[in-house]
Amino acid sequence: MSVDTATVAKIAALARIKVSEAELEAMVPELNGILAWVEQLGEVDVTGIEPMTAVIENHLRLRDDVIDADPLTGGGVRDKVLANAPAREDGFFGVPKVIE
Amino acid sequence: MTDLTELGVAAIRDGVAKGDFTAVEVAEAFNANVAAAQTALNAFIVATPELAVEAARATDARRAAGQPLGKMGGVPIGMKDLFATKGVQTTAASHILEGFTPEYESTVSQKLWDAGAGMLGKLNLDQFAMGSSNETSYFGNVISPWRRSDGGNAALAPGGSSGGSSTAVAARLAPAATGTDTGGSIRQPAAFTGISGIKPTYGRCSRWGIVAFASSLDQAGPMARDVRDCAIMLEAMAGYDPKDATSLNLPVPEWEAGLSADMKGKKVGIPREYRMDGMDADVAASWDRGIEWLKDAGAEIVEISLPHTKYALPAYYIIAPAEASSNLARYDGVRYGLRDLPDGAGLQDMYAATRAAGFGAEVKRRILIGTYVLSAGFYDAYYTQAQKVRTLISHDFKNAFTQCDVILAPTAPTAAFGLGEKTDDPLSMYLNDVFAVPASLAGLPAMSVPAGLNREGLPLGLQIVGKPFDEQGVLNAGLAIESRAQFSAKPDKWW
Repeated sequence: MSVDTATVAKIAALARIKVSEAELEAMVPELNGILAWVEQLGEVDVTGIEPMTAVIENHLRLRDDVIDADPLTGGGVRDKVLANAPAREDGFFGVPKVIE
Repeated sequence: MTDLTELGVAAIRDGVAKGDFTAVEVAEAFNANVAAAQTALNAFIVATPELAVEAARATDARRAAGQPLGKMGGVPIGMKDLFATKGVQTTAASHILEGFTPEYESTVSQKLWDAGAGMLGKLNLDQFAMGSSNETSYFGNVISPWRRSDGGNAALAPGGSSGGSSTAVAARLAPAATGTDTGGSIRQPAAFTGISGIKPTYGRCSRWGIVAFASSLDQAGPMARDVRDCAIMLEAMAGYDPKDATSLNLPVPEWEAGLSADMKGKKVGIPREYRMDGMDADVAASWDRGIEWLKDAGAEIVEISLPHTKYALPAYYIIAPAEASSNLARYDGVRYGLRDLPDGAGLQDMYAATRAAGFGAEVKRRILIGTYVLSAGFYDAYYTQAQKVRTLISHDFKNAFTQCDVILAPTAPTAAFGLGEKTDDPLSMYLNDVFAVPASLAGLPAMSVPAGLNREGLPLGLQIVGKPFDEQGVLNAGLAIESRAQFSAKPDKWW
């Protein structure tokens, strides 16, 4: 499979990355080179093989159902959460208007 | 007095404990080397000499009070700028995180400070750890302290993505540094610069507070001058962390105490698929010497087969970008980092403009590949297929380990290449990780140790891959090689 300019533009839109026409033109052959190379995976017989989900066997666990069990990842730290925000107002993240 | 910057982790720890010198003297000596090398080598994004001295003062005070100093007591280290450090800018070498100052400390860095280490600064790397030459950093290339013996003085790659770490240790700017390894990012730079580095079993070191690249592959590990130093530092870094869902709930072995270069009764597997057509002659010769060294240490050599080796890299370059495209979705210009808000732009335009301005070319390339292989209609053909191939690669190793205890292979297909030599062709850059990626896909512990110099006077590394949880077996084989290779070369100081 290979991609054309329209497909790359669509992927870039999905990935929320603005690209210029010139960048698109440059990306198409680069991405096609990589995609042509990974295509060789298609020749591997994977009949009956499960896709990898966990590389080292481990069991998923639940944390204790306690509020703020770990203060590092608990709540009540609004100012810390907002500390690196490019825009903040009244204790909230600031973003351009989204509702008309 | 000896030059303190010639000492490694064990020598500093023991010397400070004995009172041969103070931790502050050590910190100041390394701080001076960091400052003197910054313009020429660009190994650090931010230097923190005051933090190194502050930690050293605390160690000296504990010693005066007769308190224990910790596994890393008095040892100043470099911290790859992928670890969140409270109050110190953490960028992943990207523009999009420039200025980001975490309100929290990563688990691994906190463990190192708790063990008595101090921070010399935040080390440069490939942007979001995506690269093999440290040429994708927003903060400029890291220059290897090594030069070819031809007198040409061409600037060489320190490897990547932990290129600041490898340069800092090789150039004596730090006795040790943290690295992270997603597809070879500890081992390949270690090989390129004549130092040691180990990626432990997936899950040994907590990923909490490490800027995520490909979460099913990312593992932290130490980079240092020798095997013992790696063992000491890994003990300080590893351990169960409830904040990381894939953290291994296992005790941390005493790897340093368990070190032994005696390989009697051990079997070393030599994978036939790694001996590729057109293999670099010096790399092949170094591998052969490594086999002889391990035989000399008492090991039995067995030929093994890892039949899916050639599919490891293409599978990696689907899986890693897929995970990266998902992980990097968080950089949206809202919660932290850069925001680019063009006049009159709405929220969606702001996202797209921010990400266009904040990500470098290689990061964008991988996000796009990842987005494509995960998109409707292509998911099964690319992503599911790659994850099935990953299962086969893992099976290959399981089968091999019924016949051997550890695997010996080169770390990289060549010695360090020149800056700019591979930047025009992403594929040729990716191929540099051909020997490193399979162990990453299988989550196995793997280390690189220096094995000698090639005909150009540049270091070559040998790689040891072990069974899950058998870091000790990997370290011991590394020590057996180290004690026979007697690698003492270091770059001539030109910076």
